[in-house]
Amino acid sequence: MPVAVRIPTVFRKFTSGESQVQVDPGTIGDLIGQLDNRYPGFKRQVLTDDGSLHRFVNVYVNDEDIRYIERLDTRATEGDTVSLLPSVAGGSDRLDDRGH
Amino acid sequence: MKYKSILDAIGQTPLVQVPSLSPADNVRIWVKLEGQNPTGSVKDRVALALIEAGEASGELTKDRIVLEPTSGNTGVSLAMVCSIRGYRFTAVMPDNASAERVSLLRAFGADIVYSEGAKGTNGSVALAQEMARDDKYHMPFQYGNEANVTAHYNGTGREIIDDLPEVKAFVAGLGTGGTLTGVGRRLKEHDPAIKIIAAEPQLGELVYGLRSLEDGYVPPIFDPDILDGKVMVRARESIAWTRALLTREGIFAGISAGAVIWVAQRTAERLSSQGGGDVVCLLADAGWKYISTEAWTQDIDTAEEQVEAVLWW
Repeated sequence: MPVAVRIPTVFRKFTSGESQVQVDPGTIGDLIGQLDNRYPGFKRQVLTDDGSLHRFVNVYVNDEDIRYIERLDTRATEGDTVSLLPSVAGGSDRLDDRGH
Repeated sequence: MKYKSILDAIGQTPLVQVPSLSPADNVRIWVKLEGQNPTGSVKDRVALALIEAGEASGELTKDRIVLEPTSGNTGVSLAMVCSIRGYRFTAVMPDNASAERVSLLRAFGADIVYSEGAKGTNGSVALAQEMARDDKYHMPFQYGNEANVTAHYNGTGREIIDDLPEVKAFVAGLGTGGTLTGVGRRLKEHDPAIKIIAAEPQLGELVYGLRSLEDGYVPPIFDPDILDGKVMVRARESIAWTRALLTREGIFAGISAGAVIWVAQRTAERLSSQGGGDVVCLLADAGWKYISTEAWTQDIDTAEEQVEAVLWW
């Protein structure tokens, strides 16, 4: 069973519009490499020039932020779900009802 | 208890055990009820600290208007503190904020300036920053004001240690980062082994869709290194556990509370396998402001849609 990677809207222009992509198990670093092979330029979007995770990108393995596990060395095994998400400003201040 | 002013009644919130939500016998989950603050949220602590910091530095004088981009709890808290301390307060909020929000802020005496709704909270921040160039305004800016952190270091964190010195883990929602950074610092000074865990919302696709990566934001006051873990929670789980808090424990909390409970349970499971102990979680507000989402009354699918349609964090 592969690993499912969920792609947020902001990155879909690099994945031909796909919202979910299947990759082989491995470390998050490996997974990003696989995605870069399939979608050239993908890596540049999520990693900085020195190869670390972009400050405004969060990566989760089964909902846990990899920054607090083993960063890019965190492993995703068969059946895991990896989510990529941009970080956004939060706080209950953002509770505005949209369009109502 | 007797207080000379409503401002003195801020903080010292109850810490309540929720036995039915604990995943194992050797762990206990406690909730700190910030909805018990005067205006009903944890932001009373922050607003008071922001205003007092402005006064102490001499930047906030009676002839200046307090300005903050907010349509949420911070706005209500700032409006309350400002009215007592004798300042005018202007909230900058998106023009599509709900009528309920606008009425609540007006009731508390706030003036309102609207920013373009399509630009969301970022648009309010940008407009407020532009307005703040005029000296007649004083903008505390909770995302970048260290007083937000010290309010929790001196208040919330100290109270937790006073009530439960044996605490092993602390869970709170990640918004400005003020709670996690301030409480986290205080608890780690008390015992460096205490785990600090953030619950973070997985906001609706709609919310992310409106943003590009360039809009990404890490609040300046948030210290990511204070955390030992960060867990993403969906609206669905958050609603389910907010309901469980009410039906099983009689606690009527805001929707972010469910996310915090869900993460507290995962944290407690891990703690259970490491000898057990006490987990404290902070519930930022009460449920009143969320009734119109029907999070408690609809079937869970409808409730999920309704909650995801608003910014529930």
